Amino acid sequence: MSVKMTPGQTAEIAGPKKAFVIPKPEVVASMIKRAKRPLLVVGSKADEIRTKDGDLIDSAIRMSKGGKVTVVATGHLVGEFRKRGKENTYSSQLMNLGDRLRDPDWEGFDGEGTYDLVVFAGSIYYMEWLIQSGLKNFAQGLSTISLAQSYQPNASWSLGTMPSEQWKEVIDKIVTMVEEGA
Amino acid sequence: MSKRDLKLKIDELSSALGTFKGLEIEVGRIFEEDWEEPMGPTPLPGVGTLREWDRKLLDRYKPFYMPFCDLCCLCTFGKCDLTGDKRGACGLTMAGQQSRIVLLACCIGASTHCAHARHMLDHLIEEFGRDAPIEVAINTNVEAPHMRLVCGMRPKTLRDLEDALDYVETQLVQLVATAHTGQEGDNIDFESKAFHAGMLDHVAMEVADIEQIATLGMPKGVADAPMTQIGFGSIDTSKAVIMCIGHNVLPSVDIIDYLMDHDLFGEIEVGGLCCTAHDNSRYDKRAKVIGPISWQLRFIRSGIPDLVVVDEQCLRTDILIEAKMIGVPVIATSEKSMLGLPNRTHDDPDEIVADLVEGRVPGVLIIEPRKVGEVAVKTVLKIAPNRKGNKILSHEEVSKLAEKCRNCMECIRACPNNLPIMDAVHAAARGDFEPLGSLYPLCVGCGRCESACPEGFPLITFFNKGAEKRILDEKFAMRVGRGAVTDVEIREVGRAIVFGEIPGIVALVGCANYPAGGSDVALIAEEFLKRRFIVVATGCAAMDLAMKRDEDGLNLYEKYPGYFDAGGLVNIGSCVSNAHITGAAIKIANIFAKRPLRGNYEEIADYVYNRVGAVGVAWGAMSQKAASIASGCWRLGIPVVVGPHGAKYRRNLLGRKEKEEDWMTYDARTGEEVYVGPAPEHLFYAAETVEEAMVMIAKLSMRPNDTTKGRAVKLSHYIDLHQRLYGSIPDDLHLYVRGGADIPFTMKDEILKALDEAGWVDGKIAQLDPTLLERMVRRRD
Repeated sequence: MSVKMTPGQTAEIAGPKKAFVIPKPEVVASMIKRAKRPLLVVGSKADEIRTKDGDLIDSAIRMSKGGKVTVVATGHLVGEFRKRGKENTYSSQLMNLGDRLRDPDWEGFDGEGTYDLVVFAGSIYYMEWLIQSGLKNFAQGLSTISLAQSYQPNASWSLGTMPSEQWKEVIDKIVTMVEEGA
Repeated sequence: MSKRDLKLKIDELSSALGTFKGLEIEVGRIFEEDWEEPMGPTPLPGVGTLREWDRKLLDRYKPFYMPFCDLCCLCTFGKCDLTGDKRGACGLTMAGQQSRIVLLACCIGASTHCAHARHMLDHLIEEFGRDAPIEVAINTNVEAPHMRLVCGMRPKTLRDLEDALDYVETQLVQLVATAHTGQEGDNIDFESKAFHAGMLDHVAMEVADIEQIATLGMPKGVADAPMTQIGFGSIDTSKAVIMCIGHNVLPSVDIIDYLMDHDLFGEIEVGGLCCTAHDNSRYDKRAKVIGPISWQLRFIRSGIPDLVVVDEQCLRTDILIEAKMIGVPVIATSEKSMLGLPNRTHDDPDEIVADLVEGRVPGVLIIEPRKVGEVAVKTVLKIAPNRKGNKILSHEEVSKLAEKCRNCMECIRACPNNLPIMDAVHAAARGDFEPLGSLYPLCVGCGRCESACPEGFPLITFFNKGAEKRILDEKFAMRVGRGAVTDVEIREVGRAIVFGEIPGIVALVGCANYPAGGSDVALIAEEFLKRRFIVVATGCAAMDLAMKRDEDGLNLYEKYPGYFDAGGLVNIGSCVSNAHITGAAIKIANIFAKRPLRGNYEEIADYVYNRVGAVGVAWGAMSQKAASIASGCWRLGIPVVVGPHGAKYRRNLLGRKEKEEDWMTYDARTGEEVYVGPAPEHLFYAAETVEEAMVMIAKLSMRPNDTTKGRAVKLSHYIDLHQRLYGSIPDDLHLYVRGGADIPFTMKDEILKALDEAGWVDGKIAQLDPTLLERMVRRRD
């Protein structure tokens, strides 16, 4: 898997602390498997982003089938999950979610406590950049992963920038491995 | 109210103390006290005076910082890495640095409005004299709510406005000084100072708008202000076209005056961009509004203008290069933006005209507005006939250029909205211009794509070409800015607003940095107009909401009346007119509730926060001015929603609705501290989508003081929007339904089910006489 640390927007260059590039899909699956309480954040662009499943909402629903991952939709996207039969999707505004994730005492959506790994997919690029900057600086115990098609420098781990078809393959592998609990 | 520079000279005075010869007594200022309202506790507050009030708000709405940069590079110890829990060489934390940047942005914004107000005031005093009276609006006694509230003064003449600006300028210097290395270190104190800058900004804006309304004959709060035209298509290209850009109306006023004095309106079209356009149209409705500030490149590239006149604020700093590309000169008119041009203020007008017409200079700087009027008109009349027919690229030329695209995607990466520019360019190379045209309404006009393109494609020109037909059809009606909300209007709606029966006031303000085009602003406006909110608008937002028609060909200004009442759409005016929006909230406290204004900031802000369901919406907020305008709202307790790009202001002020301890409020009748629920939930909030924003606007209109009827009305809008846009009933109704009477009748069963599932307890949330100020408690048990 070729990797490029080119941000999705020209000037969105972070540092000194930058995301590690995820070398292969198995790493993401393994991190999710090892996490105690992983959270998948599905952003408002998810229904516009094509994947092998259809769009990112379909992929997120499939990923959650393994039962390991809690899914939260941001923006107004939760309605689309419900239309597709995923009734137990949580909904949160992105800013509210970021605010709570920095709080180690947050009880989480289910009252069982906060999350130790947060995976982002389908967010507006610069909003994800900013939220992850907030978490990088003010929620240092939290690990974040970006599954965006372009490198997100403020995550703990990010996919590298890659062409669309290659990205679809990577997402498909990650989703399949998480779905199967691999 | 005050008089300056009293001088008394006595040749010889004999008294019990002796004889004095050549005695001179000079007094800087005499206050004539004819205002019976006693002075409140905080006239002319200093940087720390309202700190406790700010901290009450900031304790509820804690900053969530999203650093745009992990470094500080403001001193030579740096760059310092502030990531995480690191500190800089001066000891500052990341939170401190972010709040410091917020403060600086607010100071820049407030200074810009203040400098604008000062420049205009100096000029208008020269023209009309210090004793020129102030009349702001019809049927209005509370002429300047911010000046009364903050400064404790009631202005009557232009002279009095100088006092207000003296105060603002002094305070701004103090605020900027706190951002120096080794001064303030606490992020919450920085935030309080940012609030202070915002409060000052609203005073400065009020001064700016009052002085131009009072002296330039702009509408004085009338609901039926005249209609003007907006859009490219409104410009009559058979005439010579002067394009005025910026936010300071003075040079444009003199252009219009010159046209009127010489009966030349039939030969010359005056079109404006941004707030100068608003204020031109308030001065004379024959002045056309081309569009928001982001259309600068777009309009110049259309080749339509024959002369560009710039004043100040939000200008493209490369305007000279752009104008040169279409062969038109530029007249700069402000010392704030001189563009490197020669100062010709004191030269003979005809010599300047000759130099511009012959192309001996690309432009000139003329500081004197009257001379700008003469030079601009004479120049454009001579230039325009020679420019016709030689303005823009042909389709063939665009296609040929597009064939050279290198597929590098740099245009997409440079675009703030990652628009699919490259695909549209490829289509144009094949002769299909539709994809380029489809980007036109989505483009914010920043031109970053052009700067990034290794082939140097003029991509804004490409978009124009793709949307050629649409551009010609862009002609809409717009009610000109009417200025202040009158006292009579406040008297008529104050009760309904405070009790919640008018569900809220939605203020659509700010710039045009939209995530998906300006039509979202019209979408928000119409949603809340239909719901009988009061919708007020200023600046670029007031323009963008004009540019959408329904199936009958009508836009919102044609469909909704201009009164400040339920279902009214009120174009207040330009950026500086924003002071009238917050001023209306202040006047509700004063006129309806009889709360004293004079130097009484905390009590009034406490009233507005707990009772007036106003929400600011800056969907395309871009500038530092937008930051300081928002900050002035926060200190008054008015929540502000911004679009996704607004997250780049680096922090939100967010409430935690689930933390009951954060939402305790005094009951002013008993002194008891009780739980009132999270209303309003946030003070500054960036929404990801327009649908999310609309649901949040409805929710943020709730206030602790709502009557049961008012709360039921507000809840019905919140629930209805949530059901429509999220596909479900909200999961936090148990935090807003205080008792059974709050439940909207039409949805009762569904709501009761949701409340039951959430463990709702009837009566847990108090209905009271709410206040955050212990001193406002009238009686203790």
